[in-house]
Amino acid sequence: MEKKVIDARGLSCPQPVLLTKKALASNENAYEVLVDNATAKENVTRFANNSGYSVSVTEKDGDYCLSLSK
Amino acid sequence: MTTKEKNAEKSSLFSGVGGIVIAGAVVGLISALLVKLGNPGNMGFCIACFLRDIAGATKLQTAAVVQYFRPEIVGLVIGAMVMALVSKEFSPRGGSAPFTRFVVAAFVMIGALVFLGCPLRMILRIGGGDLNAVIALVGFAAGILVGIYFLNKGFNLKRTYTVNKAEGFAFPIVLSALFVLCLLVPSLFAFSEKGPGSMHVSVIIALAAGLIVGALAQKTRLCMVAGIRDAVLFKDWKLLIGFVTIIIAAMVGNLAFGQFHLGFSGQPIAHSVHLWSFLGMLVVGFGSVLLGGCPLRQLIMAGEGNADSAVTVMGYIVGAAFAHNFGLAGAAATAESIGGPSIYGKGAVIIGIIVLLAVAFFNTKRAKN
Repeated sequence: MEKKVIDARGLSCPQPVLLTKKALASNENAYEVLVDNATAKENVTRFANNSGYSVSVTEKDGDYCLSLSK
Repeated sequence: MTTKEKNAEKSSLFSGVGGIVIAGAVVGLISALLVKLGNPGNMGFCIACFLRDIAGATKLQTAAVVQYFRPEIVGLVIGAMVMALVSKEFSPRGGSAPFTRFVVAAFVMIGALVFLGCPLRMILRIGGGDLNAVIALVGFAAGILVGIYFLNKGFNLKRTYTVNKAEGFAFPIVLSALFVLCLLVPSLFAFSEKGPGSMHVSVIIALAAGLIVGALAQKTRLCMVAGIRDAVLFKDWKLLIGFVTIIIAAMVGNLAFGQFHLGFSGQPIAHSVHLWSFLGMLVVGFGSVLLGGCPLRQLIMAGEGNADSAVTVMGYIVGAAFAHNFGLAGAAATAESIGGPSIYGKGAVIIGIIVLLAVAFFNTKRAKN
């Protein structure tokens, strides 16, 4: 199944977390969140963990790709 | 587990609750200590007051009692820059509505100076027993709620872009160069002989305090606005725990140094004109949500290479210059006067609320999905 991708690159907090929160309302099993700063990476990770998702992070060209899964 | 994931785990350990409690405790205690060693009362740190003093030192405003080149500010920015470079988080970026940020920042500064303190000094004042600041806190929280309303409606100043390294280093370099110039050729600058601007710790202590707090604030993302904002929006309590820890630590420090005085009257550099403390800090809370962080956080992000935050800090400085050149800032209460803002200061706060509402409205777009 295609993962839903949330592109929050260039956005500062709280926007990336807000976008993630909105996307998570559809309650799918997996998402991918793209962010480009460490603060957003931490905040989205914390929010996803609190929402019952586990998160793995990969870094590429200064961007972070967060894979969220239940 | 890959190295990347291990790194993520390690940084999340420091970004957890332990780190923010340590940072909050250090900020609160250092602030009390700075007052003990010579800074004005309940003003261990005040980003608004210190930038205003720098505006005075550089003669952008000429109120004789608030002119001093505060080394704490330089320390905060450089401390954040060094910590960001060390942890590979220095990231030159910019281009997200710079002039809008400049204008919002100017009004945030005016609101803060009507009350007499940035959000950090507001909680340091609470930690010193100043109950006027509790009323300001209610206004501040109300302003944050207004900002959250627009965030939920889709408010956004649009994305930033990666910029050249030189742009990212420009603000820390310019600030440091001005500071060095001030040390080498002090006759170019203005220094208060009396009033709050004349009260300060030694340059070395101020710089060291700024460096420590700047580094800790960078590492932990400490922000007075995000504490309340994220608790309301996401039930994320981390930054609010830092906020509360600063109050407790400042209180402990002030009690230890005999600087704690509970009450409304007789507070250092404060007034009891509650409506305008409330409305001034409402502007600060609302504006800071639009900007994405409190004045302390903007200084830290400017140190991390964020040019939008650098523009924001310039907006604060220009706002401070207007605040004193136009007589907008609140006056501290004295034995003869209850203090508070002039009619012009009150007008500026009202205009500030209208401007912020306009900025919020015109930058709010309903989400597509």
